[in-house]
Amino acid sequence: MPEGQFREGIAGGRLSADQYADNFSDLHPPLDHHEALVESDRCYFCYDAPCMNACPTSIDIPLFIRQISTGNPIGSAKTIFDQNILGGMCARVCPTETLCEEVCVREVAEGKPVQIGRLQRYATDVAMGENKQFYPRAEPTGKTVAVVGAGPAGLAAAHRLARHGHDVTILEARAKAGGLNEYGIAAYKSVDDFAQAEVDYVTAIGGIDIQNGKALGRDYQLSDLIRNYDAVFLGMGLGGVNALRADGEDADGVINAVEFIAELRQASDLSGLPVGRRVVVIGGGMTAIDAAVQSKLLGAEEVTICYRRGQEHMNASEFEQDLAAANGVTIRHWLQPKRVIAEGGKVTAVELEYTALNGDRLAGTGETLTLVADQVFKAIGQSFVPAALNGSGASIDLEAGRIKVDAEGRTSLDRVWAGGDCIFGGDDLTVSAVAQGRDAAESINRALTSNGRA
Amino acid sequence: MADIRNNFVGIKSPNPFWLASAPPTDKAYNVIRAFKAGWGGVVWKTLGEEGPPVVNVNGPRYGAIWGADRRLLGLNNIELITDRDLQVNLREIKQVKKDWPDRAIVVSLMVPCVEEAWKAILPVVEETEADGIELNFGCPHGMSERGMGAAVGQVPEYIEMVVRWCKQNTRMPVITKLTPNITDVRKPARAAHAGGTDAVSLINTINSITGVDLDSFAPQPTIDGKGSHGGYCGPAVKPIAMNMVAEIARDPETRGLPISGIGGITTWRDAAEFMALGAGNVQVCTAAMTYGFKIVQEMIAGLENWMDEKGHASLNDIVGRATPNVTDWQYLNLNYVAKARIDQDACIKCGRCHIACEDTSHQAITSMVDGVRHFEVIEAECVGCNLCVNVCPVENCITMEPLAAGVMDQRTGRPVSPVYANWTTHPNNPMAKVAAE
Repeated sequence: MPEGQFREGIAGGRLSADQYADNFSDLHPPLDHHEALVESDRCYFCYDAPCMNACPTSIDIPLFIRQISTGNPIGSAKTIFDQNILGGMCARVCPTETLCEEVCVREVAEGKPVQIGRLQRYATDVAMGENKQFYPRAEPTGKTVAVVGAGPAGLAAAHRLARHGHDVTILEARAKAGGLNEYGIAAYKSVDDFAQAEVDYVTAIGGIDIQNGKALGRDYQLSDLIRNYDAVFLGMGLGGVNALRADGEDADGVINAVEFIAELRQASDLSGLPVGRRVVVIGGGMTAIDAAVQSKLLGAEEVTICYRRGQEHMNASEFEQDLAAANGVTIRHWLQPKRVIAEGGKVTAVELEYTALNGDRLAGTGETLTLVADQVFKAIGQSFVPAALNGSGASIDLEAGRIKVDAEGRTSLDRVWAGGDCIFGGDDLTVSAVAQGRDAAESINRALTSNGRA
Repeated sequence: MADIRNNFVGIKSPNPFWLASAPPTDKAYNVIRAFKAGWGGVVWKTLGEEGPPVVNVNGPRYGAIWGADRRLLGLNNIELITDRDLQVNLREIKQVKKDWPDRAIVVSLMVPCVEEAWKAILPVVEETEADGIELNFGCPHGMSERGMGAAVGQVPEYIEMVVRWCKQNTRMPVITKLTPNITDVRKPARAAHAGGTDAVSLINTINSITGVDLDSFAPQPTIDGKGSHGGYCGPAVKPIAMNMVAEIARDPETRGLPISGIGGITTWRDAAEFMALGAGNVQVCTAAMTYGFKIVQEMIAGLENWMDEKGHASLNDIVGRATPNVTDWQYLNLNYVAKARIDQDACIKCGRCHIACEDTSHQAITSMVDGVRHFEVIEAECVGCNLCVNVCPVENCITMEPLAAGVMDQRTGRPVSPVYANWTTHPNNPMAKVAAE
């Protein structure tokens, strides 16, 4: 019976211990001191820098890079944290190729942007390595704020609120804080348990109490929070996964990609994590890429991403697509799932239908293709689950299925703010969630105090 | 093919690239390596008088400043003249000259400022059959404290006196090396000329402190917690050196006096610029100390290539060609009007031209046009200062375009005059010379 990569079905232990370690090592290893100096010298210190304007948190990138180049990485880290207290994780997971680095004038000039993400990691690593805390808390205000969800939005909001002297309680449904930083994101982007180290760094400011295992709608209601706290920030992310709407998708071996990614992140022994020999991933975003690449790195022989539109429509950045290709993942376009074929309840293949754009409308062409698969990942997007909000009291306004907020992050309910993936109008990026959490915290502070004064 | 053979005060070398008197020319081993690499000549590191050799510090001798990517821009040193035995040096000079007859070997000298000392050293150098001598009146540290080097070079009367002693006591050509640590380089050049020197060479190094250690608060290079000013050289000093070369080249009292140009020469282009300003050949040190002797290959090929491209047959066609164009400010044409122009295709939109102009100059470059990031010169504000050109990271993206005569200068609202007019006749000049009636 064939072993390792060629073993049929869904199985673990496909690779040697060394291969696992190698496959899941840091995607972008940290810059050493010399590399950071060489790279920082490349920055032109642009006026009204395009990189800074492209950053959802508006980090003063030219300034932090200049601080690295002048031998002041601690000052550099402060420049970053001033705008983005999760600058360490953003340095690792931001799709810089579609944000700051895409608009870097060096990209325009020579096709090689300054490696802003890696420089940001360099500076934040130095400061976090020394546990250098930059922000003393303001005098206690006596105000309390409940934050739902310890993801990027919730942590950013909590830190800013704590800075202003408010006492924050974060209620987190999962066993660990961090949200998608801990449970999402490919493992090779956040090695050495960085997400937890960052939670510790952020909460070291004091005044932030994280309570795990507390799910909204199950363990408490929104109305409880409104009653018991001076303000509430909702940052619970997206709880649902979109269905394939294909026949037979409840067969064994059809799995939500986000769950697979979370399981992988939490696995202490990757060899114990089973993966199919032939894997099909349905979707075209970052989650699809993360699931596909990691399947390959776990030892799957054949991994195919099927996306229902063209390459130019994929949400995954070009860099991510190249990363998938470099790891041996095949990306196929203009294919939508039609039917999951199973034998004895277990998936054996996926039948897909070719698609075409008819004007603006996507439609099946009738032609089909069957891919042999023993594992199928669903990665066609997540959805907000509003049910938990509606336990009691007034219901909150939604827009296109997510929470509706104004420019400051205020919801339709008095004293309730929201940010991160659960609100309408975001772009599902860690860095945007941080910006929304931070800005909502400022709005909360203004509301709880007299224009910022306690 | 351009002929780059050099004849400098009768000293012949296959190319105009000599190594300056410095560590790279301290002994036969280095000089032979230099000749193998292709250097046209060397000025052997300065010899002192017979007796116990000088001693050097045993800690750092060099300090430096760097540009982006740690490119060395300026180097400073506190090394003294050769610390090797005089007889060893003389033996090696004689042997190397014998083995490399087509290359120039000039011997740098520094002995006390008394005639006997010079009378003693000149014949023993002559005996090596070296091509000439260079008088080190420039070394700014250590030796100057003992009344030699720059201590002589800063007093024109001493220069003239020593040069005269040398000319009276040797048949060898005498090159007088000048210090830049003076207010007007024409004075020492005139003195050397009056003493009968065959040529001057310049510049020697500039008094300098390259840095301060902010932990120990000691100047760098640091010897046991203390530092002393050193001699500064390298690319950073080139503009200072070129000005001094040009001042001597265009001074009516020294016009025509051969000049060996020194100061930050790193590429063929640097060399060509020095020669255009009046240097008959050039001497190099820091570039070799930074990259090794191989750089001369780039210099030779680059110079030949440029001369071929421009149709210059020999070095005589380029030496001094720029000298007549060096003038005093008062003779610059005030009716010449240029405006910056930004090549939008080459612009990478870094915005440095805008912020430099906006914050520190004339508010003559846009940053936003119709809500779009766009950098464009506002001609009505542009004084043609060239700052934007200098801060732009893309070569030739911003250029200074002269306005043709008759074209309206939007800043002044007046058409550009076709007539040359300078400050000496300008109405705002209280000292204006009224044209003779």
